Amino acid sequence: MKNEIKKISEEEVEEIALLTRIAMNKSEISLMAGQMSNILENIDVLNEVFTDDVEPTGHSAEVESVMREDLPDDSLKLEDVMANAPRREGDFIRIRPVLE
Amino acid sequence: MTIPDINKLTIHETRDLLDSGQVSSVELTKRFIERIDSVDPSVKAFVTVSSDVAIMQAEKADKSISQGKQSYLTGIPIQLKDNLCTKGILTTCSSHMLKDFVPPYDAHVTTKLQESGAVLIGKGNLDEFAMGSSTENSAFYSTRNPWDLERVPGGSSGGPAAAVAAGECLASLGSDTGGSIRQPASMCGVVGMKPTYGLVSRFGLIAFASSLDQIGPITKDVADNANLLNVISGYDQRDSTSIKTPSIDYSQTLDKNLEGFKIGIPVEYFSEGVSVEVEKQTYQAVDILKGLGADIEETTLPHTSYALAVYYIIAPSEASANLSRYDGVKYGFSDDVDGTIWDGFERTRQNGFGEEVKRRIMLGTYALSSGYYDAYYLKAQKVRTIIRNEFSEAFKKFDVLMTPTSPTTAFKLGDKLDDPMAMYLNDIFTIPANIAGIPAISVPAGFQDGLPIGIQFMAGSLQEGKMFKAAYAYEQATEWHKIRPQI
Repeated sequence: MKNEIKKISEEEVEEIALLTRIAMNKSEISLMAGQMSNILENIDVLNEVFTDDVEPTGHSAEVESVMREDLPDDSLKLEDVMANAPRREGDFIRIRPVLE
Repeated sequence: MTIPDINKLTIHETRDLLDSGQVSSVELTKRFIERIDSVDPSVKAFVTVSSDVAIMQAEKADKSISQGKQSYLTGIPIQLKDNLCTKGILTTCSSHMLKDFVPPYDAHVTTKLQESGAVLIGKGNLDEFAMGSSTENSAFYSTRNPWDLERVPGGSSGGPAAAVAAGECLASLGSDTGGSIRQPASMCGVVGMKPTYGLVSRFGLIAFASSLDQIGPITKDVADNANLLNVISGYDQRDSTSIKTPSIDYSQTLDKNLEGFKIGIPVEYFSEGVSVEVEKQTYQAVDILKGLGADIEETTLPHTSYALAVYYIIAPSEASANLSRYDGVKYGFSDDVDGTIWDGFERTRQNGFGEEVKRRIMLGTYALSSGYYDAYYLKAQKVRTIIRNEFSEAFKKFDVLMTPTSPTTAFKLGDKLDDPMAMYLNDIFTIPANIAGIPAISVPAGFQDGLPIGIQFMAGSLQEGKMFKAAYAYEQATEWHKIRPQI
């Protein structure tokens, strides 16, 4: 792999990891910096394409905003939904403290 | 009664056996469960085998058949890729994050199959969250290629393609974001197709890259594929990108006569990296199609080589947003770490996601982050427009375009695992159809050293009929689709 010039430093990887909320140890950060740099280097070919007058495509199909009537409908059964909750107290989902 | 070689049967052949009373759906389903028991320990195409549900559905199907109320899929054992939600049945995405997740609802396609009387025999293995090209990124185990157990089946729908090839079910549904149906279909010697974006509802498909994801059928032949698309396509208000379009009976588009049919061969798909044998078989297909009356001409799609780079910005960007929901709070894996909610999020995502998934979330977050958005995501969306326009122009002139599906046949397990870029290059010929949102199908087109080769037909938006027509005519003029692996 072409890792000599790192487009992304380990410090930057740490910053991105914080944004993604994925904890990473030192060796994971180092590996990620190398691999992301390599991938981004390959992505740089896009700079060869002249796009000044081109409109961006968000979706491959011509998709329009869809509206519907705001009508009440059957919802999922509470028990079915709560069955997947990792931490439960009665009909509530328990979370860890938000403040230390 | 004895059923001849269930592993070789297509849906339409099985339909005749069921309708003439030569076999019941319950007998058939039991035979497939036995087949799974005997071959899946080596192929590993299934994450879950839903035997009890399958038998129950088969009993119901037998009742419908006895009353003469059957449709194409009544009593037919079908697998679903394990990123399609099945109410009450484990849906894992082959990830530790969802290893115990039991959906409280069915995907739209699951409901459609049930309404048609199909039998759900189990869930197929995949690269975690459908991110990969070899099924080696499954958090549970790698699926093996039924043609050579030392090789990958392709991916990410490696479980579905291997299961159909090994005759462990009669068909499967996969998802295709950059080739995840077509590339494994090609490597396993079966038929796999990705419909026009919006033709099949994505409701209940666990999201990877929402502007690219599409669900499609993996089958042993083109007729089965067209008939399965009949069942799963159609408008669904629960997917805001679902298209309202008059329904078409795709089985009526199958036609062996290609007189006056125009096929373009884009030269960019015969680039460096394509194996000699793959190129040879593709050119042989050109001769066969000419023999059937098709007008064939070389053409050019100059921006093809940029599609991979566009994909590796758009897909990770959308994935980084879609996968932010896995926080260990409402469902899924939750790490036991002591501390605040933030520690919980970070450790859950560290230990719940595999390497490739993390890599893509990181890349996507970077590409979308302040200061980089214009350089990466916006740039990719603009090049996407150019690629789409190139296809639109090409389809003014041609009914379909034909290319190899994958540059090589199946590679050995572990060969590309340490080099993400080498792995990504597997999808260079399948990614453009996702970028443009157009339909594409891979059909068996020969072998190299006993390993299947596939060719791809792409058609304009909502022109599935033309795509099926070309694929069917080619298939019927060859014997490749009838050759099954010895397993």
